Amino acid sequence: MKTAVIVFPGSNCDRDMAVALRDATGREPAMVWHRDTELPDVDLVAVPGGFSYGDYLRSGAMAARSPIMRDVIDKAAKGVAVLGVCNGFQILTEAGLLPGALMRNANLSFICRDVDLVVENAQTMFSSRYDQGSTVRIPVAHHDGNYFADEATLDRLEGEGRVVFRYAQACNGSRRDIAGIVNDAGNVLGMMPHPERLIEAEQGGTDGKRLFEGLVAALG
Amino acid sequence: MKAKVYVTLKNGVLDPQGKAIHHALEALGFSGVNDVRQGKFIELDLADGTADADIDEMCRKLLANTVIENYRVEKA
Repeated sequence: MKTAVIVFPGSNCDRDMAVALRDATGREPAMVWHRDTELPDVDLVAVPGGFSYGDYLRSGAMAARSPIMRDVIDKAAKGVAVLGVCNGFQILTEAGLLPGALMRNANLSFICRDVDLVVENAQTMFSSRYDQGSTVRIPVAHHDGNYFADEATLDRLEGEGRVVFRYAQACNGSRRDIAGIVNDAGNVLGMMPHPERLIEAEQGGTDGKRLFEGLVAALG
Repeated sequence: MKAKVYVTLKNGVLDPQGKAIHHALEALGFSGVNDVRQGKFIELDLADGTADADIDEMCRKLLANTVIENYRVEKA
């Protein structure tokens, strides 16, 4: 599996993501600067966490319109897998690759702690190494993780099995406690929790690692 | 020419910041505040003759996220 990590000004989880991808694939991911216009030939593009463009205007709004994102949108339409974590999830919704929006946490606080997630759909290429319905523990660290979509969109996401991860307990005000969703084709996942921060026992657990192992199993 | 763009949260979208401002006003002793909604004000300095349709496109493509926000443009 060949991978790339997009780097925006203000990204701060890009190197953690690169380590997780390198460990899982045995290959060095390409680090792609936001001003580049074309991705290398890859099977997976990771849009990492951080505070791209200082969260100006709205979290992810500026990054979603940066030059490289046009090619990310093109490649996603052609079936290339895209993983957006935290700010990456915000960027993917702003770019229109995923429905809904991520708003300020309902309690207005930055939330930085481990949370329990229920794996609602273990059939996706991102979640196949988790057991359906199991609970995993993965850290969150965000100010704008409050997932919003209208009721019709939420019903559609639920009905189509596109809610992949759900907070086991209310976390940030997200509608229906949604923590991660996929697009209708199933090749784009956005999630607020950080799997790349939990890939070695020294980090307190390896629940995040299985996401990357699942991707390797699916994409080679 | 100048265009003033007002971006506000749609009705039905929870505005926790507006709520916090509301509570703070009450804590300061201001009574009779029924509700507070926070938004954004963006001022554009535009070439004369910029078409309304172009300003509208700027709002839809970047200035507002129409999933959660409405926008209103005033030209001056």
